[in-house]
Amino acid sequence: MQFGSRRRKIINSAQTELYGHSVQFYGQPPLENISLTEFETFAVERLKLLKTVETLGVSFVKHSEQYSKKLESEFKNLNFPYRPETDDRKIQTGPSEFEKRRKDHISHFILRLAYCQTEDLRRWFIQQEVDLFRYRFNDLPPKQKLEFLHRNNLQYDTISVEEKKALQDKLVNSSYAVSGITVEDQDFYKVPFQDALDLVRTRKVYLKAGYVYIPHQDIVTIVLNDFRTRLSKALALTARSLPAVHSDERLQPLLNHLSHAYVGQDYSIQKNVGKISLDQIDSLSGKSFPLCMRQLHQALRENHHLRHGGRMQYGLFLKGIGLSLEQALQFWRSEFIRGKVDADKFDKAYAYSIRHMFGKEGKRTDYTPYSCMKVILSNPPSQGDHHGCPFRHSDPELLKQKLQVYKVSPSGISQILELVKGMHYQLACQKYFELTHNIEDSSFSLNHPNQYFVESQKVLGGGKDIKRETDPQQRSQENATTRASTAAQDTAAKDVAEMTEDLDSFFQDG
Amino acid sequence: MPSSDYDSASLPDLLPLYYRRLFPFSQYYRWLNYGGVQKNYFQNREFSFTLKDDIYVRYQSFTTQNELEKEMQKMNPYKIDIGAVYSHRPSQHNTVKSGTFQALEKELVFDIDMTDYDDVRSCCSAADICSKCWTLMTIAIRILDRALRDDFGFQHLLWVYSGRRGVHCWVCDEAARKLSVAARSAVAEYLSLVKGGEETMKKVSLSDPIHPFIRESLLVVEQYFPRYGLQEQDILGRKESVDKHLIKELDLPLTLPSNVRKDLQQDFQNERKPEVRWKLIRDHATKKKAAGKKGHHFDKEIMLQYCYPRLDVNVSKGVNHLLKTIHAFMTTTSLSSLLTRTCSSFNLDQDAFLFPSTLKNWIDLILFAFFFLIPVKTDGITFFSLICEELDRPRIGEEEEKAEDDKDKENEKDAAERRKIRDYKRTSLAKYVKCFDQFLDGIAQSRKGELLRKSDLQKDF
Repeated sequence: MQFGSRRRKIINSAQTELYGHSVQFYGQPPLENISLTEFETFAVERLKLLKTVETLGVSFVKHSEQYSKKLESEFKNLNFPYRPETDDRKIQTGPSEFEKRRKDHISHFILRLAYCQTEDLRRWFIQQEVDLFRYRFNDLPPKQKLEFLHRNNLQYDTISVEEKKALQDKLVNSSYAVSGITVEDQDFYKVPFQDALDLVRTRKVYLKAGYVYIPHQDIVTIVLNDFRTRLSKALALTARSLPAVHSDERLQPLLNHLSHAYVGQDYSIQKNVGKISLDQIDSLSGKSFPLCMRQLHQALRENHHLRHGGRMQYGLFLKGIGLSLEQALQFWRSEFIRGKVDADKFDKAYAYSIRHMFGKEGKRTDYTPYSCMKVILSNPPSQGDHHGCPFRHSDPELLKQKLQVYKVSPSGISQILELVKGMHYQLACQKYFELTHNIEDSSFSLNHPNQYFVESQKVLGGGKDIKRETDPQQRSQENATTRASTAAQDTAAKDVAEMTEDLDSFFQDG
Repeated sequence: MPSSDYDSASLPDLLPLYYRRLFPFSQYYRWLNYGGVQKNYFQNREFSFTLKDDIYVRYQSFTTQNELEKEMQKMNPYKIDIGAVYSHRPSQHNTVKSGTFQALEKELVFDIDMTDYDDVRSCCSAADICSKCWTLMTIAIRILDRALRDDFGFQHLLWVYSGRRGVHCWVCDEAARKLSVAARSAVAEYLSLVKGGEETMKKVSLSDPIHPFIRESLLVVEQYFPRYGLQEQDILGRKESVDKHLIKELDLPLTLPSNVRKDLQQDFQNERKPEVRWKLIRDHATKKKAAGKKGHHFDKEIMLQYCYPRLDVNVSKGVNHLLKTIHAFMTTTSLSSLLTRTCSSFNLDQDAFLFPSTLKNWIDLILFAFFFLIPVKTDGITFFSLICEELDRPRIGEEEEKAEDDKDKENEKDAAERRKIRDYKRTSLAKYVKCFDQFLDGIAQSRKGELLRKSDLQKDF
């Protein structure tokens, strides 16, 4: 990106050409001068858009009606270009289509600068941009799709009519989108399977000898793959030229601030280390643990073992609520040696990974507790695993039974199951929170198991609810943690008294 | 030495002998060097050793075959894992700037572990295996081998017994070694049908249309299911299993409408024979299908839940994931007797292994790992001591070579070198090393083809 001084006039004509299509491949960086205020608004608004993409992707099925609707309204709110046909009519209200496209273009490149710095940031940025692109591309009418391919020089190999005939059965059975009749009318593209991973992963395409046969209807996959590869390469390149940008003292703080905005609360900051004693865990697990952690705790107590996925999810959560390394080692050891693992084996085979979690081994990263999104989306549980999100990874029948055992009211259970059915797992969990804490409407939006714990402690700590600050996100979150730790202190005494009683009910639950 | 007497205490004595006289270093090097086409491919490969008392040493790397040999003979590892090819030498990973040391390439690997089948096998659990449940591995190999070759177009698949309770597959094609993490996980997910943890009962869900890959896999499963599922595991016979898996599974509204389930329970009370019970289930499925209703695949779903390969996706996904190599000593004592049983199932139970002749190679490869270094008891003697005996046997018909040896006496190093090569040749391991050699020849051949193609292309310009 250049911030050199060029004449606006000359650029304008080039820009009109650049913005000939409502969806862009972002091949060329913007070359004009913009004010710092505009720079900031553009960036913040695109970030908002990407955050929406992320949240919607978790709460709704991608490309379901609701998903599209919500995303559409976000596009409108933030004035990003979205459906091309509407331009002519709506040109009077709000910014022109050109303005919107320009904003789309420039804001994308600003965020590239902010999000090229680390592997994590890049991954997040690419993921959201790809989802965004997919939505917009899918929304184009067929003619415009072709035009887009043409404009961006995207050409793919099609298969011959004979080959199509020979493979007809297999092609029909490989995709929901194709029937016997449409095979003949449709072009099929043959590309290496590496270029259409999303279709391969979900088995939605015919695969033969390393090549996938993609019906024209699904061409978005290959285009997306191109988009992803190019963006990934471009980010790597941008990262290299970053020092030059960083020398500009006006931009550097702005960019850093932007890149920090995506992560949300970081629960690895351990403000409350040592505020929790090991004896408290049983009682806390019944009262203040989200269902996923309660399930893991119970499985651990029953089997005296958890597999790797479970140890990571639960271990990091415990770290987040304030277990110190020494406590964690003691906790896991005492449980494991009750099972098939003797102390010696524990020290050799498991202690390492616990120290690793606390950043004391290997590359010494202080790992952050998993967020709901991570629990729901990555590493689904398989045979022998107890981790994952109970609302996402349990049979509804089993979930129902479990909730019954935990004394959730029948009407509450059906509300929860309804949310699960609509794939609103986090909302289901929040409902579970409200029901088990006897509050009507919780004032937070749940996205982290440790947040669940903090909020629960707040409620149980009794009326310590300070009005939430809305503005600078970071600060309010830090406050939340401190508040939580004081709340935890307050409840500590009370907990001990209730513990025996709770333990009993806990074992009955099992 | 009876197998039960075998214990890891004797390993410190056996290992030096093994690494000095038997370990096929030259094949090992030939494999991982891949013809030396890419610079530093062997040098940047991570090895990790498990030493005595479970001491685990990561990030070992070697510049030459000689260095590898010397180091292994010095360390005498109990276990060797192979990791990725990195951007720098793993042994120097601390000296490069953090973040620049990255895993670049590795074979695409699959790990199928019998413990993952614990909810669907009644004969054994955890690390135990027997000839009954070994059928699961046979099914797994046949399904995955076909898919990796036909669907993904890979050619160089090395199937090996993992040394404890399952099999590993190393896909060694150049394209496979270069796959990204995303591509690896996509392949693994394409191949996975059984999904869900302890909180899921129904782990397979099919919907129309059934993908060609699933159809092909069902063909294999259908061959084994009557014998394995219905007879050997008796899944429809034992009261407990009917309740534990099937009825509960069928209980789920998605799988079966309650009226069919009721019918089944009624019918099951009058009918004890598993085959007939199974037919009842299938008939119901056919009926539903004819009626054009949804969810009529429950018979197929049951078969797949019981028999379909269960992959450890996390092993396949990571480029930097370590995997135990084929040449490693078994240290679990109780296993040797189990292995004997499994081995005998290979020999006796021929009809369980009616493979097409083209696949003969990899069966041999499993056997190869099986017999290689695993101290299995055969007729009261551990396999290892058998090999040692073979080593000590006087050389028959090697007179000419002896004369040659005399000539070369001044060059002792050469003689030692040659003796090493010959050592395993005089044992029953020779057959399996030969298999491995053939596998490596295959890789070399396609490499040559590829180079030729490339140079042809260049001439065109």
